[in-house]
Amino acid sequence: MREYETVIGLEVHVELATKTKIFCGCSTAFGGAPNTQTCPVCTGMPGSLPVLNRQVVEYALAVGLATNCQVNQYCRFDRKNYFYPDNPQNYQISQLYLPICHDGFVEIDTSQGTKKVGIHEIHMEEDAGKLIHDEWEDCSLVDYNRSGVPLIEIVSDPDMRNAEEVIAYLEKLRLLIQYLGASDCKLQEGSMRADVNLSVRVAGTEGLGTRTEMKNLNSFKAIARAIDGERARQIELLEEGKGVVQQTRRWDDNKEYSYAMRSKEDARDYRYFPEPDLVCVHISDEWIERVRKAQPEFRDQKKRRYREEYGIPDYDIEMLTGSKHLADLFEATVALGSPPKKVSNWLMVETMRLLKEKEMDVEEIRFEPKHLAALIEMVQKGKINSSVAKEVFAEMFERDVDPCAYVEEKGLGANGDEEELEGLLKSVLAKNPQSVEDYRNGKKKAYGFLVGQVMKATAGKADPGTVNRLLGKLL
Amino acid sequence: MNELLRLSAVQLASLIRTGEVRAKEALDAVFQEIDEKEESLHCYVTIDREGAYAQASALQEKIDRKKEAGPLAGVPIAVKDNICTQGLRTTCSSKILEHFIPPYTAEAVLRLRQAGGILIGKANMDEFAMGSTTETSYFGATHNPYDLGRVPGGSSGGSAAAVAAGESFAALGSDTGGSIRQPASFCGVVGMKPTYGTVSRYGLVAYGSSLDQIGPLTKNVEDCAVLLEAISSYDRKDSTSVARTDTDFPAALLEGLHGMRIGIPRDYFGEGLDPEVASAVREAADVLKAQGASLEEFDLSLVDYAIPAYYTIASAEASSNLERFDGVKYGYRARDCEDLHQMYKKTRTEGFGPEVKRRILLGTFVLSSGYYDAYYLKALRVKALIKRAFNQAFSRFDCILGPVAPSTAPLLGESLADPLKMYLGDIYTIAANLAGLPAISVPCGKDSKGLPIGFQLTADCFQEKKLLRAAYQYEKATACACGGEAFRKGGAL
Repeated sequence: MREYETVIGLEVHVELATKTKIFCGCSTAFGGAPNTQTCPVCTGMPGSLPVLNRQVVEYALAVGLATNCQVNQYCRFDRKNYFYPDNPQNYQISQLYLPICHDGFVEIDTSQGTKKVGIHEIHMEEDAGKLIHDEWEDCSLVDYNRSGVPLIEIVSDPDMRNAEEVIAYLEKLRLLIQYLGASDCKLQEGSMRADVNLSVRVAGTEGLGTRTEMKNLNSFKAIARAIDGERARQIELLEEGKGVVQQTRRWDDNKEYSYAMRSKEDARDYRYFPEPDLVCVHISDEWIERVRKAQPEFRDQKKRRYREEYGIPDYDIEMLTGSKHLADLFEATVALGSPPKKVSNWLMVETMRLLKEKEMDVEEIRFEPKHLAALIEMVQKGKINSSVAKEVFAEMFERDVDPCAYVEEKGLGANGDEEELEGLLKSVLAKNPQSVEDYRNGKKKAYGFLVGQVMKATAGKADPGTVNRLLGKLL
Repeated sequence: MNELLRLSAVQLASLIRTGEVRAKEALDAVFQEIDEKEESLHCYVTIDREGAYAQASALQEKIDRKKEAGPLAGVPIAVKDNICTQGLRTTCSSKILEHFIPPYTAEAVLRLRQAGGILIGKANMDEFAMGSTTETSYFGATHNPYDLGRVPGGSSGGSAAAVAAGESFAALGSDTGGSIRQPASFCGVVGMKPTYGTVSRYGLVAYGSSLDQIGPLTKNVEDCAVLLEAISSYDRKDSTSVARTDTDFPAALLEGLHGMRIGIPRDYFGEGLDPEVASAVREAADVLKAQGASLEEFDLSLVDYAIPAYYTIASAEASSNLERFDGVKYGYRARDCEDLHQMYKKTRTEGFGPEVKRRILLGTFVLSSGYYDAYYLKALRVKALIKRAFNQAFSRFDCILGPVAPSTAPLLGESLADPLKMYLGDIYTIAANLAGLPAISVPCGKDSKGLPIGFQLTADCFQEKKLLRAAYQYEKATACACGGEAFRKGGAL
């Protein structure tokens, strides 16, 4: 078999985190009752007109600048015409002729080193509603809450060669956009969606092979599997002397196989033309400068700063900066006075364990920095011991409880009063003269027994450090 | 006939404001006229007596309590049926929207109400404003009040006929290629298409979005100025809306014509223009000259390209604008469909009339991949060239004067048989839409058959005041002004 090279380009849709929709004032909040976040504009009522949400331009511009794009300072919207019930006007307002950003790149890190992936263009558009097929009633229903939610589509150049590069590219985009606050980029919830354009060619040749476009990729793992699966399918066709047909395919991650949706012959003619209801968007030099200045500290800069400022290990830095949310939580907690390494430990050990256990995403962490800081302080001051701290943390993680109040309420506080503890210790020693004797005769095991008795007497709440210190003194 | 009906909108409003006439009396008069004539004329798709009387009594209460009432206080007004009115069906004279009740009211109608106007009903029109005769209405044609065998023009034919026949004191129409001015001319009333962006399009069911503009149809020029002021607004809901500070249009009526330069395009008086219309328009020009304006003939050029460019752009936009009528969300839905695509097809096949289908097909074709550059893009270039030709003309002239339509009102049935001829009838009016310019149609006498003739004045963007100034001086100078009440003496009823 000949050796083949895979050529991959990505179309990534990102739902922007604006409070209102792209062309009307309706809320973009996720999960509302069907058709409660709608108005004449986003339900395509006759006579309604779109008005562009400025924040959408601002976010698209921010993503474009972060990906080193050129900006079309006079950009425009176009209508993409196609009939489908989730699309109330039967046309989507998008950008074809003059997209807001073009010709940029991002650098990705792979096992082969760093590599540039070109950004062909970024354009703004509106999302469609959601169709719900009711098998029971044998009918279809449509919810327009999502209709008009703003999207940007980031179209890459065909610069990627394998799944690893694709995942690295997606991770890079996701982080950039999360750091910008332009989107939460959740693949599972659909706020980030990737379509994979893939072709293969005999290694060493220049021209591009016939490509297919794959849709319905809901996780990084599915994307990696789909790439490997589609690569194998195309190579098999070529090896059998058959051609690859240019088509759109739907990936079924359970069956690990893609199915043809439509081929080039029945490709739709979208009859694009300039949207007459919207005026040209003028992006001034000042606007670009303002957005450029407002760009946050991205991951690479953050890593450098963490190394210098917090002196925590590289492994921690890698992990913490891997999510804007986690990094923010870390910085906010440290800012409240907690030692960086202690904060990092809580985030990397207990937090990660609970996330895994509950099958949650990092972005879903809800506890407040001040609560983590308070917990760390209680441990440091010996008010609770570490096993109690873990228990309290689990509560905090679950319900964002105030750890001080919780400890108080549940009576979990270590007998912080040293005098009281000392008195208790004394009575334990008095009740167990044999063990005291044994310890003094060099039987170390007896020490453990005595500590155990103290813990038993305090129902496990005593701080082991304090117990050790006091016990040492008394013995 | 009730004497009140002889009043202009402005006169009526002033009597209502002072309490000499009660708002209800004006409505009684209009509804009585409607009861008598509507069966013959069919100006309305929907008449809203209940809503009108409710509005009138609310207004009357305000007046009785000596509160400020607007410049159109108590004036009964008809609104073209492609302008949305909350709770009152808005059909665009189409089967597909036969039972459609909008959940909101168009900005222009809200403005009218704020000015005290009383909405009495929704005026008949060509289906989705596509046509020049009001014959493509699903609900049947409107008849010309001057000759029931003839059309009132279109697409705002119901609005024009209602004002002409006293079935309303004034009306709103919409103008995409002459749809206000041409029926105004055929029915002997004043009609204006304002500068694109002057009146909010929010709530106007779109035909050709880049060309559509709402405007007034009135008995005389003064009413036109007052109505226009009332409906002009900067509306953030319409991205193409323009913030203007010069919308005190009635102020223009105080100025004379000295120093006004009027250009007359030779191209407008060539082949195809009815000689009787030509001479009436030239006489109108002479009247303006006698009032102090200077006249000069010139070559506008590109006139022949306006019609193909217009039908390409308007149809392209229409084909997209009308996609939303699919039976899914509102309006007509065909029965017994096997699947989604059949539902789309049957709904649209049964819901749209032949002229609408023709334009959807035309528009779909010119936007198709492979044809876009050759048709749509080229039409946009022609549009830009036409705009440039007008810019040059307006460096020399304040206004351009010409006919509104090549002939007076044709017989019913005559135009539908030959759509191309009907399209050619738009030759003098569409340039103003392509270039976004304001233009007014003013009655200037009748032909030998007793049918009204209008002349048209076009000005540069935002120069409505020049149009109103010239039109008003003309109307004052001609005792036979068709604008006041003269139309009913010659009327068929």
